[in-house]
Amino acid sequence: MDNITQKLMQKSESTKKDAMGRAISLSALALIVIVVISIFAFVMSRGLATFFHDGVSVKDFLFGTTWNPSVVDPHTKQPYIGALPMIVGSFLVTFLAAIVATPFAIGTSLFMTEIAQKRGTKIMQPVIELLVGIPSVVYGFIGLTVVVPFIRSVFGGSGFGILSGTIVLFVMILPTITSMTVDTLKSVPRHYRESALAIGATRWQMIYKVILRAATPGILTAIVFGMARAFGEALAVQMVIGNAALMPQNLISPSSTLTSVLTMGIGNTVMGSLQNDVLWTLAMILLLMSLVFNLIVRAIGRRGELK
Amino acid sequence: MNKTVVGVIGGVVVIAAGVALYANSNKSTTKQDTQKAASSSSNLSGKVLALGSTALQPLAEQVATSFQQKNPGVTVTVQGGGSGAGLSQVASGSAQIGNSDVFAEEKSGVDASKLQDHKVAVVGIAPVVNSDVQVSNLSKTQLRDIFTGKITNWKDVGGKDEKIVVINRATGSGTRAVFEKNVLDGQNAVQATEQDSNGTVQKIVSTTPGAISYLAFAYLDASGIKALNVDKVTPDTKNVEDNAWPIWAYEHMYTKGDATGATKAFLDYFTTKDVQKTLVPKLGYIGLTDMKVTRDASGKVTKN
Repeated sequence: MDNITQKLMQKSESTKKDAMGRAISLSALALIVIVVISIFAFVMSRGLATFFHDGVSVKDFLFGTTWNPSVVDPHTKQPYIGALPMIVGSFLVTFLAAIVATPFAIGTSLFMTEIAQKRGTKIMQPVIELLVGIPSVVYGFIGLTVVVPFIRSVFGGSGFGILSGTIVLFVMILPTITSMTVDTLKSVPRHYRESALAIGATRWQMIYKVILRAATPGILTAIVFGMARAFGEALAVQMVIGNAALMPQNLISPSSTLTSVLTMGIGNTVMGSLQNDVLWTLAMILLLMSLVFNLIVRAIGRRGELK
Repeated sequence: MNKTVVGVIGGVVVIAAGVALYANSNKSTTKQDTQKAASSSSNLSGKVLALGSTALQPLAEQVATSFQQKNPGVTVTVQGGGSGAGLSQVASGSAQIGNSDVFAEEKSGVDASKLQDHKVAVVGIAPVVNSDVQVSNLSKTQLRDIFTGKITNWKDVGGKDEKIVVINRATGSGTRAVFEKNVLDGQNAVQATEQDSNGTVQKIVSTTPGAISYLAFAYLDASGIKALNVDKVTPDTKNVEDNAWPIWAYEHMYTKGDATGATKAFLDYFTTKDVQKTLVPKLGYIGLTDMKVTRDASGKVTKN
């Protein structure tokens, strides 16, 4: 009798396991949140030191066009910290790569989902998965040995520049955009297709009047994801863009991006010095931009849910 | 079937890429193999972490390996990261040795008075051009005008009508600091393409017509590039030893305060005649024992 009461009063084995599982997943979540918050706090504190500790004006930083943090301007007694060339460079390669990659990505995914489903998934799926897995240093190396000399022989100049960066990034973000677009197209309900065909639409009319229309939010999300990847890519771009902190004159003049200046400079500067702080500020801009990309994705997702 | 084939190909590609990545990243290579040598005459023990300059890294790794064979109790780890990282890590106490291409006094943000300098080798730097450039000698003034952007065509210095493509090392890199200190006389270099390692510069100069840059002596021997004489002096070891070739620098190993224990033993071993006469020249550096002059942080040269 007592035995049963005791048993009923005690926590059962399963309840304990349940509590333990809950604790484990909660602590995993807490750890990730802590990591994210501390990364943000760290980058922000170092990045903002440029403005608060070193007394650089935000306007000079964002709109100045001369970048040479170790040299002080003899007139204004301020170091040259104009980051505009890098900001422009980053946005240019990102947008150009997205513009070039999007039609290819949509075309490929339409082929895979609507036109030749069997062959598409059999051949294209593994190819795209393969492209995703190639490390960026390989893309960069191919860019350096193939793309740069090609641009040089066609357009002249040194071959380094926005155009080479765009070509390399285009190949890098193509699989990202394609595979996400494929998922979106697949999620378009089957009865949309059936209804369109039933009222006499041709396959092409069905694709561009119904399917693409229904999938637009998803495709936009895919493009923004691709752009986020392009924006943050460092190694491959650094190898082909030329890394000259100059405003891009044209698509084949050497330029630089936020990431390329960061990776080249961080080891050569001393923690806590102005030269180091301005690099952290560039990192902060990168972080804020990826946040912006994320917010855009969320906004698109909320607005354009299939109803 | 199809998937397996693709999978296998994918695997091969990924492995190859991994190997390439490993070979490329000399920045985080660590040497930790404590080979048990028979001659364990010393009973030193401890761990030494030396990090910083990537220019000094290959030499430091070799010396560390041979030091550990003689002192099996000591683990010497050599890492890259750049001279700036080396100096700040040693100043903060997280590394025993900070490797640097430049005097700590020349780097802003470092309290040089807390650091003890140990010069371990000398490295010579020479201007290099793509081999299609027909110029083989430049005066120091011409060289300066090219790197400050005043001269932009090879025909102005006796070559053919071809645009000069200037390739710099990254701002703050030791090699660039040494080159600019000795060539530019305090003027600012023209904003141009920047690359972050000797290897990349070598590759790009060799493939870009009309390109000019500068490289450590160890990297001069490559097809497609040509080292230039400056004021008719050839860039070679002999000319560096008596300062006839002025573009050279010490490789430094900094410690916080005086070196002690295993760190001291390692630094002493580095500067022994044995190492300076064998390993140092073998890897393209110049031994301290061969130098006929000394230079201090302010650039003043005195005869030994």
